[in-house]
Amino acid sequence: MKQKTAVQVDDLTVAYNYKPVLWDIDLEIPEGVLMAIVGPNGAGKSTLIKAILGILKPIAGSVSIYGKPYEVQRKQVAYVPQKGSVDWDFPTTALDVVMMGTYGSLGWIKRPRQKEKKAALEALEKVGMLPFKNRQISQLSGGQQQRIFLARALVQDASIYFMDEPFQGVDATTEIAIINILKELRKAGKTVVVVHHDLQTVPEYFDWVTFLNVKKIATGPVKDIFNDDNLTKTYGINYKVSIQE
Amino acid sequence: MIKNELLIELTEYIELVINDYTLRTITLGTAILGAVTGMLGSFAVLRKQSLLGDAISHAALPGIAIAFLITGAKDSNTLLLGALVSGLLGTFWIRGIITKTHLKSDTALGLILSLFFGFGMLLLTFIQKQPNANQAGLDKYLFGQAATLVESDVWMMAIVTGVCLFVLLLFWKEFKILLFDKDYAKTLGFNTKTIDILITSFIVLAIVLGLQTVGVVLMSAMLLAPAAAARQWTNSLSKMVLLAAVFGAFSGVFGTAISASQNNLSTGPVIVIVAAVFVFVSFVFSPSRGLLFKQIRFIKNRRDLQLHKTLAFMYHIAETHDNISHPHEIKILNNFQGYTKSTLKNLVEKNYVTIEGTTWSLTQKGFNSAANLYNQLSKKDE
Repeated sequence: MKQKTAVQVDDLTVAYNYKPVLWDIDLEIPEGVLMAIVGPNGAGKSTLIKAILGILKPIAGSVSIYGKPYEVQRKQVAYVPQKGSVDWDFPTTALDVVMMGTYGSLGWIKRPRQKEKKAALEALEKVGMLPFKNRQISQLSGGQQQRIFLARALVQDASIYFMDEPFQGVDATTEIAIINILKELRKAGKTVVVVHHDLQTVPEYFDWVTFLNVKKIATGPVKDIFNDDNLTKTYGINYKVSIQE
Repeated sequence: MIKNELLIELTEYIELVINDYTLRTITLGTAILGAVTGMLGSFAVLRKQSLLGDAISHAALPGIAIAFLITGAKDSNTLLLGALVSGLLGTFWIRGIITKTHLKSDTALGLILSLFFGFGMLLLTFIQKQPNANQAGLDKYLFGQAATLVESDVWMMAIVTGVCLFVLLLFWKEFKILLFDKDYAKTLGFNTKTIDILITSFIVLAIVLGLQTVGVVLMSAMLLAPAAAARQWTNSLSKMVLLAAVFGAFSGVFGTAISASQNNLSTGPVIVIVAAVFVFVSFVFSPSRGLLFKQIRFIKNRRDLQLHKTLAFMYHIAETHDNISHPHEIKILNNFQGYTKSTLKNLVEKNYVTIEGTTWSLTQKGFNSAANLYNQLSKKDE
């Protein structure tokens, strides 16, 4: 049985200056996978996500979500940015941040109401942050802030989730809590794409993987392609990962 | 009675504000100006664009000079229109420099600020050399002259403030998400560029409105000071904006009052200094973020910890004896860091410890409390 394609990337090239950050990327992400994007620093992992989401303008190439351009499929897609990309001293509460996830479906001008608040509270509950709903966001720990970001994406009730390093700077408890939620999303038929740094946990957490280093090195099921050969090609050093044990 | 005299003076002043056309105009004008700049300043501060206000106000100067050169008129609306155009131009150049080159925003701001201001000063000196009797007084835009405010200026400020408030309420949600997480707002389908231009345009408008009163050089303080003060008191964006507007308005009213009662003081600088007092008081006395209470909390925490550590140390010694109140030499506490004389005194006051001569002994109460402390700590670790 052939899986539906959730995200299709064709000939994507992105450059900040003269040097390309991403070069001619073709990528097909099947529906329902939990996929890691791995690669060294500066490989363009975050850039790939940002280009797919239209935050960055590519020099060339196209992206389609379920066969249609991203612009018309926005509501199918949710984004969890890197935690460090915002100022956590912003005067707002945890609940308020999660409510922002409803702004997209509300559109311009319309204010969130009871229905949106309920959805936000449910998402907070899911990530175990309900007791902190009225907490000023700077008074949350790094792991809690990450959960808030995840809850904000959950509120969007999308089919595809893009997450930029959700495990960075979080403790083991939060990491497990987050990965369990991601696995639940996959069980519900959602597609989850995660920029990931910890190679050791790839086989345990993910079923699909993309190796990236400016160019796409490989993409496919973890059990088929997560091997020393691809790791060496991606990281440039003789990489030995002891996953076969 | 000094207090009564003050009260009489105050009522007299309020009567004067109500009856005297000039004073009423200035008070209303500076209050409205303070409110609108405080409101918009909150956005500038939260976007970490504190310097933007400074750049915009300086960038407005050549516009004033050029407007005068073209029309030869000196009425404030024409000149401020020129200021608006050149302020906007400067702002969009700054944006352009930041997005198109790899210069940092502070470099771009500094560059445009000094370039436009330099050009403006050049034009001002050029105008002054011209044989035209009409030219005097343009330099009042450098430091502002509130006394030149007339009723129509105040109406103008009120209208702009009203429109600004309306737009703010209408697009509140969009402004908020842009301020907090621009990239995320983009993925939700909001045109962040439009929201950005909307906010920035209003900031430019508010600054230009204030040039006549406060002047090019000090205008940015009106934008930043009320917002910085307001941030200290609240953790909610709406309350911060409201509070900044209130602080700004009061800076205007108090500043005008002080300058009016001290005859020769120029209004703009006095308003800015009053706003700075708001900032100072907020930084020191705000309950959650203020320096004073932070320091008090810090010292109290330290004392508590010292007390707990000493008590825990005593508990470990007492534990080894059958009689928990067995006396020990005070000296043995000396090798231990958390101990000070005042901690020991505190422990005695709490009835945790009794002292006899050079020995101390733990009371039953102290022993229980220490045991609980220990349990609590190990519970927290779990």
